[in-house]
Amino acid sequence: MSEKKKINLAVYWGAACGGCCVSVLDVHESLFTVLEHADLVFWPIALDIKYKDVEAMPDGHIDVTLFNGAVRNSENEHIAKLLRKKSKVLVAYGSCAHMGGIPGLANFSSKEEIFERVYETSESTVNPDHIKPQPEYKVDEGTLEIPVFYNDVRALNQVVDVDYYLPGCPPQTERLVEVFMAIVTGAELPPAGSVIGANTKTQCDECERKKSENKKIKKFYRPWQIQDDGETCFLEQGVICMGPATRGGCGYRCIKGNAPCRGCYGPPPDAPDPGSKMMSAIATMIDSNDEKEIEKIIEDIDDPAGTFYRFTLPGSILRRKLV
Amino acid sequence: MSWQPKIVSFLCNWCSYTGADLAGTSRMKYASNLRIIRVMCSGRVEPTFVMKAFREGADGVLICGCHPGDCHYHEGNYKCLRRYHLLQKYIQQMGIDKDRLRLAWISASEGKQFAELADDMTETVKKLGPCSVKKVMQTLAI
Repeated sequence: MSEKKKINLAVYWGAACGGCCVSVLDVHESLFTVLEHADLVFWPIALDIKYKDVEAMPDGHIDVTLFNGAVRNSENEHIAKLLRKKSKVLVAYGSCAHMGGIPGLANFSSKEEIFERVYETSESTVNPDHIKPQPEYKVDEGTLEIPVFYNDVRALNQVVDVDYYLPGCPPQTERLVEVFMAIVTGAELPPAGSVIGANTKTQCDECERKKSENKKIKKFYRPWQIQDDGETCFLEQGVICMGPATRGGCGYRCIKGNAPCRGCYGPPPDAPDPGSKMMSAIATMIDSNDEKEIEKIIEDIDDPAGTFYRFTLPGSILRRKLV
Repeated sequence: MSWQPKIVSFLCNWCSYTGADLAGTSRMKYASNLRIIRVMCSGRVEPTFVMKAFREGADGVLICGCHPGDCHYHEGNYKCLRRYHLLQKYIQQMGIDKDRLRLAWISASEGKQFAELADDMTETVKKLGPCSVKKVMQTLAI
């Protein structure tokens, strides 16, 4: 049997929690299939390969890079640009690389506010000398450097060109295996810039909960405030569910587990800004024409920006809070 | 020339645009800061339109529709009203002053009210100064 040439695969994390890397490990025994087809050339969570080794690779040496995590500091940015140069196909893997994800919620604060909270005011901080991280520090032996913390969190495509997006927090491992097999078997790939491993329709399209044509909401509840009946659409029960503004493809797992969708798969193709789509949809459902009553109903939505843009703030139209 | 605010205005076809037209045909004088976009109904104004206006450099956004009960499509203006209140909450979280976004009901016969509204909104936004969304976006786009 002739040995087919293996592809070079890299996985990297920017501003991420590590869950995306774990989702890659979650391929379980399929890992052997993956390794039959691919050499892992760079994967900080699992392999001891240094940045200088990547720098030494010729351009385009890596066939596919799965980049997870947002771009929060100069190290993330440097490696994003480096991997772009070294990779034939760069995939934004997971919500953070796709549209900013949970780290992107830091765009509600400035760098100064974050440092103030973390190094001064948080309840468990003991910092009598008010020490804050400096990108450069001089010691006798020379200058020590740490990455520069940026004021803004950015999605990967706001820093470098991205070929494909594989959304999710984390992406469903089955979807990853499908995409991976499509790449190694040489199946025809969608045009660059496409979202892969997800559907073009919304969660609601897949969701099997009972839905009526005309949703009406008189009062919004947090999930813990009501007893979910387990079968009626969450929105019809007054619980905010991001289903109408979120791509399907995850197998509506949260909803199956009786938790409303939080929107990690990002917006469907016709709605680049998920929060505005959600606001538009939710407002239509509010069951009142009286201005005072409408205001009262909306009062129960504590944090519209954080709820509707939980995974997408840096990738949204307004991108960050003005400070 | 001193700074003049740009106010993007979405006017519904049936009442408010006709109202603005009346102000014009009656030769009423009012602030020229409004950039009017005609939409079929105030219910057509998606939150995306408002955000995009701010992102592209609007200093204020004005939405006008038929008076409650008068909507050509029965309830488009109510939908607009609900979206407006939700949007107000959102833009304030994003650090945009609430007075930069306004919703008003203008009927086809209210040319005078439209002219006054245009002047009033322009004055309000002038006091607030330029909106910094576009400038911030430019520093972000790398």
